[in-house]
This record gives sequence, structure tokens and C-alpha cells, in this order.
Amino acid sequence: MDYTKTLDLLKAHFPQGLLHQSLYHSELRITFDSRFFTEMMQFLYDEPSLGYTFLTDIVGIDYPKRNPRFELTYILFNMNEARRLYVKLPVAEGQYIPSVTGIWKAANWMEREVFDLFGIPFINHPDLRRILTWDSFEGHALRKDYPLQGRDFEKRFDPDTIVIE
Amino acid sequence: MSETKTMTINMGPHHPATHGVLRLVLELEGETIVNATPHIGQLHRGIEKLAENMNYQQVIPLTDRLDYTAASLNNLGYCMTVEKLMGIDVPKRARYIRVIMSELARIMGHHLWLGSHALDIGAMTVVFYAFKDREKIMNINEELSGYRLTPSFLRIGGVAKDVTPDFIRSVREFIEVFPEALEGYHRLLTDNIIWRKRTMNIGTLSADEAMSWGFTGPSLRGSGVAYDVRKAFPYSSYDDFDFEIPVGDNGDVYDRYLVRMEEFKQSLKIIRQAVENLPEGPVNVDNPLVTNPAIEDVTEDISALIRRFKIQCEGPTAPAEEVYHAVEGSKGELGFYLVGDGTAQPYRLKIRSPCFLLTSALPRLIRGHMLSDVIAIIGSLDIVLGEIDR
Repeated sequence: MDYTKTLDLLKAHFPQGLLHQSLYHSELRITFDSRFFTEMMQFLYDEPSLGYTFLTDIVGIDYPKRNPRFELTYILFNMNEARRLYVKLPVAEGQYIPSVTGIWKAANWMEREVFDLFGIPFINHPDLRRILTWDSFEGHALRKDYPLQGRDFEKRFDPDTIVIE
Repeated sequence: MSETKTMTINMGPHHPATHGVLRLVLELEGETIVNATPHIGQLHRGIEKLAENMNYQQVIPLTDRLDYTAASLNNLGYCMTVEKLMGIDVPKRARYIRVIMSELARIMGHHLWLGSHALDIGAMTVVFYAFKDREKIMNINEELSGYRLTPSFLRIGGVAKDVTPDFIRSVREFIEVFPEALEGYHRLLTDNIIWRKRTMNIGTLSADEAMSWGFTGPSLRGSGVAYDVRKAFPYSSYDDFDFEIPVGDNGDVYDRYLVRMEEFKQSLKIIRQAVENLPEGPVNVDNPLVTNPAIEDVTEDISALIRRFKIQCEGPTAPAEEVYHAVEGSKGELGFYLVGDGTAQPYRLKIRSPCFLLTSALPRLIRGHMLSDVIAIIGSLDIVLGEIDR
């Protein structure tokens, strides 16, 4: 797939916003600077020659050893030309990310899910609540430091202190 | 001067018409809905978290439990994502068998939708006919894999085993009898005056709005957008088959109904072509890092024994890369975003659930309608909570 137009237009409009780009399986991934994030997403949506009018998904990934720790991947889709674009955004712990619910309504629940499972807060979100876990849940389940069995998992015995007579 | 007061009622999570465990908090003014808040998560099993602690093969049965009405489609989506990540090309016979399995699953999913949708609205007869025919596909699944609802028949690099002549015969039988059954569903509902009054101009969504809400699948096509992953990104040899994408005009409950009814026919068309043109050949890729050796070799050859042992105990490894792959599920674009880290376990698996986004638009769809229309709208979106909550 041909992404030269996408890249040329982005470079022309945001000379400092585009941090990194790579091609894998002939699909383009680009990394955005969070300062220009909203403007760039709005541009990708508005620009008729690009036509990324469909937001497929928002994927959060936790890399505890990296700095910044999290990475969000926005999968944008051009339905007429069947072309996907992966927009990556590095996110530090506690950093607020501008919401894209103003551009795509679908982002509403996607961002709630990222907030619930990773603890990444969004600015200007209309209804930022937990969605898959319950309201009094502590922690964020998909972070790598959250134990698989849950925090309130009851250990029946401790193999170190058990005494066999 | 009279004062208007709204009443808040709770619907679900154990309401039979919510297709699982969806809870809706409805704000009513008389019988008209002014606001609705869906609460999901009652069926959250943490499949994405569990997948991070398993090897790639072990995740396959978990994916069956996403959209359990059409389980093979989830298998297909997951297996193809892993294959894309590992760079495996599946043999043609396996691809055709996968297509047969997944189109049968789509028909199964639509059967459940048809039966329960009609039952919710009050047409009780349809469910018996739909489930009678669904049973036939369950028998085919059982014949092939031993499981009726969750076959888990697909493997990374192919399918579990070659199909039997019995399987081919029962699929052919099903193709023979199903068109008549489909005619019967149409006779029960399509021109039924009550059905039309209950579904026309209810829950209308324009094409632009449906796209903004992230709709895919029959619900998007009902609004007139001809987007189908099978046509846009032909995976698993779908470009070999001749089929059409049905679209609606108004985007109401009735249009979504018509689109799904037409999809029955198109799925049947695909299955017929796949069964008639089923190529000969292996059903698994022969890759020493991914698939098991032939069982006869294991008893005689030490290297084959080691290969089998390594694959069974450790599982295949994937490179440190990220891929996204989507298939056309029975509800919409079912996508998997898979991150590998060089080990035998996924680093992160994100499931793009079509029903999740369909449900997010529920408040918009039911606002202004009557309480009884809520059920019609939920039914027309064909949501499955196993997939929403993951």
C-alpha cells in the first residue's frame, strides 16, 4: 500500500510532530509527539485526500521497563481505499492524554477501557468511568505488575511455612 | 401547572432479552426513554490478561468463548493473526476448510440472532425453526471436532485434522435443505405486518453516524455502507469465492434484519463453492517450529520426537513485533492486535470486539423510543456479552 501522500502531507503540516515511522507487513506505523496529538488526529480525519474517517481501535500496551512506560496505538482506517494507519503515542505514568471523542464517537468506550485497564486518564472525556471492572476495583488489571490471580486472591497455604510431620 | 418527572428503572443484568448479562439503567418519561446508561463487565473473564500467561496454542480455546454463538470465526481471527506475526502461509486445503467452518459458524450465529430477536419481539414460532436448523450445524461440528458449540478446530498453521467424507456429506446435505428453511423464515417474518410495524423506523442510524460510532458488520451494512472485511482484505482465500455484500437503505431495525437474512444466503453460496472446489493436499503447514510431525514418525525418529516434545511443551515462538489482523465476524470486524516479544507467550493481545462498539451506541439508538422498542433494538444489533466483556 502506498503511504507517500500520508507521510508527505503530515510532514508538510507538522514538521516537528512526526517522531518516527516504520513499515511492517506493508502497513505504516507512525509515532506522534503528544504536544501535537489532537491537531494531527483532527488533520488525519478532516483531510479529504487522506480519508481516515474510521477509528478501528485504541490499543494500550504496558512496557514497565521503558520510559515513557505506556504506548497507545490508534488504528485508523480509510474505508474507501481499504488502508489502515497505526498511530503510536508514548504515554508516561500519570500523563493526561487529550480525548478524541470529539472526532470519533467510538473513542468514548475505547478510552474508558484504556483508562480502566491501564490507568491512563483522558482530558475532555465526557464520561470517564471504569467500564469492564467494577467501580471500587483497585489497580489496573492489564498492567504488567498486576498479578494474574488478582490482588485479593486468598492463599490457602504458604508452601514455605507448612510443616509436614 | 403540572411537573414532569422522570422515572429510573433498571433492566438486566438477568433480563432474558439482553442477550447475556447487559445491565441498562433507563430514564423514562412516561413510556418514552430520555436517557440510558449501559453497564457492562458482568462477564469479564480477563481473556486478554489470561492470554499473556499462556502460549500461543493455548489461547485458541479461550477465543471460542468470545462470541460463543459463532466460535470458529474467533478461532480463525486469532489463528490468522498469529500466522501473520510468525510469517506462516497456510496450505490451500486448510484455508478452504477454515472458510467452510467459519461460514457455518456465521450461519449458526445468525440463527441464534434470528430466533432470539423474534422471540424478544414476541414472534415465538421462529425460535423453534431457527434452533432446529442450528442443531444441524452443531451436529456437523460434533462430527468433525467432537464439540458442538465451541469446536476449537483451527490450529496455528492449519486445522486439527483433515475432514472426513462424513463431514463433506453432511455439509452437502445441509446445503440442500437449508434454502427451503430460509424461505420459511422469510414467510414467517418478512411480510408480517406486526413484524414490520415493530421494526420499521425504529433505531435508525445514518451511514455517517454509524461510522463515527465504529459500527461494522451487518449493523453498518444496514445503514448502507458496503464494508465487509472479506472483500476489503480478502483473507483465507475469500477472493476465490463469488459472493455479494447486502446493504440496507434506512439503517433501521428492519434493514438490519434484511441484511442478515441475505447473509444467510451468501454464506451458503460460499460454503457450496468451497465444498465443491475443495483442493487436495495437506491441512497443516510443514514448519518444524510450529506444527507437529506426523505421528508415525514420532515413534521411529528421535528428531521427530524431540520436535513434537518441544512444540507441545514450549509452543511456537513469535518475533518481537506487532500485528493487527481482522476477520469478518458474524457481528462485525473482529480484530486481534497481537504483540510478540520473542518468547512462546503473547506479550499483549487486544481483541477488537465489534459488539463492544455496537453497545456503546445503545443510548443514542434508544433515546426517544418506547420501552418495548429497546428490546427490538438490542436484538437487531445482535450483541453477545461474551465478546463485549472478554
